[in-house]
Amino acid sequence: MPTMSDVVVEISDLHVVRGGTPVLAGLDLTLDQGVVGLLGPSGCGKSTLLRSLVGVQEVRSGSVTVFGLPAGSPGLRTRVGYVTQSASVYDDLSVAENLRFFADVLGAGPEATARAVDLVELGDQRDQVVGRLSGGQRSRVSLAVALLQAPDLLVLDEPTVGLDPVLRRDLWGLFHRLADAGACVLVSSHVMDEAERCDRLLLMRAGQIIADGTPAEIKARTGTTDIESAFLSLVQS
Amino acid sequence: MNARITLAVALRVLTQLRRDHRTLAMLLVLPCVLMSLFWWMFQDSPAPIFDRLGPGLLALFPFIIMFLVTSVTTLRERASGTLERLLSMPMGKLDFLLGYAVAFGLVAAVQSGLAVALSVGLLGLDVSGPGWLLVVVAMADAVLGTALGLFVSAFAQTEFQAVQFMPAVVIPQLLLCGLFVPRDRLPALLEAISDVLPLSYAVDAMTSLVVTTQTIEVWRDLGVVAGCSLVVLALGAATLRRRTP
Repeated sequence: MPTMSDVVVEISDLHVVRGGTPVLAGLDLTLDQGVVGLLGPSGCGKSTLLRSLVGVQEVRSGSVTVFGLPAGSPGLRTRVGYVTQSASVYDDLSVAENLRFFADVLGAGPEATARAVDLVELGDQRDQVVGRLSGGQRSRVSLAVALLQAPDLLVLDEPTVGLDPVLRRDLWGLFHRLADAGACVLVSSHVMDEAERCDRLLLMRAGQIIADGTPAEIKARTGTTDIESAFLSLVQS
Repeated sequence: MNARITLAVALRVLTQLRRDHRTLAMLLVLPCVLMSLFWWMFQDSPAPIFDRLGPGLLALFPFIIMFLVTSVTTLRERASGTLERLLSMPMGKLDFLLGYAVAFGLVAAVQSGLAVALSVGLLGLDVSGPGWLLVVVAMADAVLGTALGLFVSAFAQTEFQAVQFMPAVVIPQLLLCGLFVPRDRLPALLEAISDVLPLSYAVDAMTSLVVTTQTIEVWRDLGVVAGCSLVVLALGAATLRRRTP
């Protein structure tokens, strides 16, 4: 378990080019334990940054280290949980079959499967085929896969889109419990009202991080009362 | 390489197939129906053509069907993000590929078991060698088809494109494998090409099993098919990238 002072992620001078267009141009970032929100409009480079952290993004130059190892190293693969924006689960398998398969790959036992199902509240759907679930339920199955092991770094790309407000609140509660146990939870969102739930906020626009701090700090610095206004004032200045 | 993960992939692929009743029915029934059609075609012909060409056909079914099924399923894994997710987990590329090969090899065993039983039992195909070896050869053909399907799926962006690789990869091998013209009677250049195409050895193995009780050549051909499968699986592993643009 990482202690409070451990640096979880260190990114320096990261350049990523996708389809001939620079998406990230010289990004620097350090993350430690806590719930970190990555907020910005669609297409600003959030997913590319998250993919770089997990080690599935081809990068042009720069370094990304996680727990002191290059991102994507074999030693990180059981410590980092990753949930993509679209649900990456098998539509033709049931919820339980999906989780059992990923648990086998990770070497997690049946109790991990049962716990993950409970965490995302899919107990009643566990024997249903994923393809017949609603969009929100499918993304919860995908989230449950990342929760099979208690990851030290959990990277979530827009995990709360389309979810019931009660479940959304519960999931944020879960993210904080994981963070309290020492993990770093990085959550991207394009919904500014989720900002207040984070320990630390990164506001992103056009491949740049334009603000970094607690929600209170960012609001104070921009003299605004909500994050949406803070974002606007940062963009206009 | 990790046996637990390979087995998990194989079990998962088999579970997916079990849920897809239509595909499963096609996989098991279609070769039998086609074998019967082929037998019927030559009912009025005096030469024993069914005995000569039947075994080659038994080699073709598992190869073609597994090629198609695998290229489409792997492409689906690439497109849905499940492959990316698996590769961010402690999943070796070979674990993934071998898992598929094991699952489809087992399906091929059942598929060819049925087709061989029908051909020998009901349609009167004369087999000199042991029947179980026919099933083993069919399994090797299925693994070869799986390996090639996995490999070409890397070069397709859509399922539509993946299916187009069938005529490109399978039909030349089908034409040159000795079913239409015995390989030693092909023009020299084509014979040389047919010597390096793996399906030729698959068909040779089936044919010699039918005509002779000597199994030494069958094992040699089987070795060639297995060797090719391993090479293509390794090439397929090289096309699986943990990092994508």
